[in-house]
Amino acid sequence: MIALELFIEFALLSFVAFGGATALLPEMHRVVVEHHHWLDDTTFTHLYAIAQAAPGPNVLVVTLIGWEIGGLLGALAATLAMCLPMSVLIYLLIDRWESFAGKRWQKAISIGVAPLAVGLIFSGATLIAQAAQFGWAAWLLVAATVVANLRTKLHPLWFIGVGAALGLLGLV
Amino acid sequence: MPSRPDLRALFLAFSSVGLSGFGGVLPFARRMLVDERRWMSGEEFNAQLGLCQFLPGPNVVNLAVVVGKRYQGALGAIVAPVGLLAGPFAIVLLLALLYDAYGSLPLAQGMLRGIAAVGCGLLFAMAWRMGAAIKDKPWFLPFTALVVVAIAGLRWPMPAVMIAGLLLSGGVAYWLLGRK
Repeated sequence: MIALELFIEFALLSFVAFGGATALLPEMHRVVVEHHHWLDDTTFTHLYAIAQAAPGPNVLVVTLIGWEIGGLLGALAATLAMCLPMSVLIYLLIDRWESFAGKRWQKAISIGVAPLAVGLIFSGATLIAQAAQFGWAAWLLVAATVVANLRTKLHPLWFIGVGAALGLLGLV
Repeated sequence: MPSRPDLRALFLAFSSVGLSGFGGVLPFARRMLVDERRWMSGEEFNAQLGLCQFLPGPNVVNLAVVVGKRYQGALGAIVAPVGLLAGPFAIVLLLALLYDAYGSLPLAQGMLRGIAAVGCGLLFAMAWRMGAAIKDKPWFLPFTALVVVAIAGLRWPMPAVMIAGLLLSGGVAYWLLGRK
């Protein structure tokens, strides 16, 4: 049953989701597109785009992937799998957090995980570019977005709007 | 004195957080909890967020579990994250239905392509910003490069890469912490 398979795959991923669901993009692509062939490259990119344009926590890209693969049950299974294991763990650990917060090993993990998360998010960006087979115009838009996002405080929604408009006009 | 929210208040408050942000809602969660409803102080928020960010998974979902548990125990820990996710869940499914119906139209394809390009740019920018915030760059940025090679280049499975990476990178961090 595909919903169950989805649940197991995504629950496994939730244990390494340092940096949230965004950091999982490359691995979700590997599992869903390359390994299981549940989706193709184009659909995967489209789902990422839809999740970008929708309000809510970043984790909802998982919901969309689940929906395209296994309908409503798939969407529920994927979302639950991504949230449930850590939710249970955090429920059990929060009262003891004070006792290990600030310990040397705890700080070491927090510091050590950050450069890995950067690598994951960078990989996610290259992967979207590859999967969408960007031409020069799209790369130009990518570059413009990077510069504008780093230099200004414009709300991300403006970027999404400009991207959607340029895409509608067939310029990307 | 901060009031003690009931289940209904938890559900509604986290629903509003879930629906108010694009590309991450954590700042909205802080505003709601600390500034608007005053359920916790800024310091308490930071302390609670510590574990949520320490553990993997969606930080803001983890935070909803923590806040829910704090005020309404096990039921609260279920109701708060469900409130956070229910609205956005319904919206993305609605968008998915539209996509299934019209996604093959050239106009829709073009639009999604444009959004994907912008989304890709936002990811690069996020990686840049997070990378810039790392201290001791000569020690730690090589691990970033290794992750990119292993994940984007060699397409190795992420769990193995993360475990190995965390042992190495965390080991270096542990050693550096001892030196100071």
